[in-house]
Amino acid sequence: MDPVLLSFSNDPLLFSGVMVLKIIVTFSVLMGIVAYATWVERKVIGHMQTRLGPMETGWHGLLQPIADGLKLFFKEDIIPAEASKVSFVLAPVMILVPALITIAVVPFGPDLVIGGYIIPQQITDLNIGILFVLAMAGLGIYGIVLAGWSSNSKYSLLGGIRSTAQVISYELAAGLSLVAVFMLGESLSLRDIVAVQIQPLNQVAGFLGFLPEWIPNWHIFSQPVAFVLFVICGMAEINRTPFDLPEAETELVSGFCTEYSSMKYAMFFMAEYANMVIISAIAVTLFLGGWHGPFAGSVNLLIKIFGFMFFFIWIRATWPRVRYDQLMFLGWKVFLPLALANVMLTGLVVVLLQ
Amino acid sequence: MIREFIKGLSITFKHMLPGNSTTVQYPRKGHRLPTAERFRGLHRLVPAQDREKCVACYLCPTVCPAKCITVESAENEKGEKYPAVYKIDLLRCIFCGYCVEACPVEAIEMTGDYELANYKREDFTFEKQRLIR
Repeated sequence: MDPVLLSFSNDPLLFSGVMVLKIIVTFSVLMGIVAYATWVERKVIGHMQTRLGPMETGWHGLLQPIADGLKLFFKEDIIPAEASKVSFVLAPVMILVPALITIAVVPFGPDLVIGGYIIPQQITDLNIGILFVLAMAGLGIYGIVLAGWSSNSKYSLLGGIRSTAQVISYELAAGLSLVAVFMLGESLSLRDIVAVQIQPLNQVAGFLGFLPEWIPNWHIFSQPVAFVLFVICGMAEINRTPFDLPEAETELVSGFCTEYSSMKYAMFFMAEYANMVIISAIAVTLFLGGWHGPFAGSVNLLIKIFGFMFFFIWIRATWPRVRYDQLMFLGWKVFLPLALANVMLTGLVVVLLQ
Repeated sequence: MIREFIKGLSITFKHMLPGNSTTVQYPRKGHRLPTAERFRGLHRLVPAQDREKCVACYLCPTVCPAKCITVESAENEKGEKYPAVYKIDLLRCIFCGYCVEACPVEAIEMTGDYELANYKREDFTFEKQRLIR
């Protein structure tokens, strides 16, 4: 009997069990990375500014995330009297949930064959995978806008408004830079996109036959412009320096989360770091071959994700925030034309090579 | 533009490499910065051969702007004046160093000792025994 894809109809019990296991493992790994990303960020930025970062809680501050979590958990949860209560409580959930469920479509390894069933190492393989990712990223922004609006504070409102203006200026460019990837992979499913990138480069592009066999067809080689655009827009998407305008401690106190305290504030932070992991995972899956590499599947993915996260932290330690109008200029006048030109060029090459 | 970006990134990366941190983990053992030579910390009565150098001339309590020095003079069996009581109330002292300047026999000095916190008020009154070092 040939192995068949495990689905709910051919073995409901096993399917549910495997699904729950996959969700629990992915979720706990994601939360672990989120917790220790805060520690790594503080350590790396500290050392880059010739400080030490956390040193007192545990060996070199290793217990710092736990201490931070406990501290925030036991803080008083304040809802401002003039705030709009329902949306004030809803906003942190609206930003955290989309951030967490995006990981469901990221493939983290090759298919496993167990007991005559093919089990993909991916929570769910949506055929519109990347559309789902973009939709969830867009939905997360509503959380920021809602938080800014419902707080009834001028700083929060300014942060929320900045976020709306930011989202329309970078998301077009981010979406268009991904279009070029779909034109090469001819699929929106992340699983298929990884499958395309696993093939050796010299077979996919015949004129590159002189290259050795081990160089894979990662999209970073065929779409370098789209890769750079997506990474920069990704930084804007997850509100990280140099595009952390909605938060902007130096200008807006703390932007959209000024009025939040206790676990609601912690949820914003978890969402920020979860988004960082997600954007790294998506960038890796789309451009750097996903789980493909010299080690076992998910290890490759994690190494690449950590590389990206280090890069984001490194950039935060190096560059100041861009001004508001500079971001608009970048989004509309530089990235959008570049992304459009990249789509045109890719289309031309695809047609000519057929 | 790109070159400047790379330059900035390389600077931060170089700072991150081990051994570039300038932090001194102060309260920890062995983590102290050297004090300047002219730093005015805790006072010290300079000892001579068999006793302190001080001749109990009352110049230091006279010049002291904070009135924190108490001296009572006495005479020993050789007929020399010496301070029977020499007290500095560190809670009043402003560490101006006038006592050091006023002293005609260079019997009082200021050390680099700056960790002077204590739990009881009485512990801030430094008697002669604690000042001779």
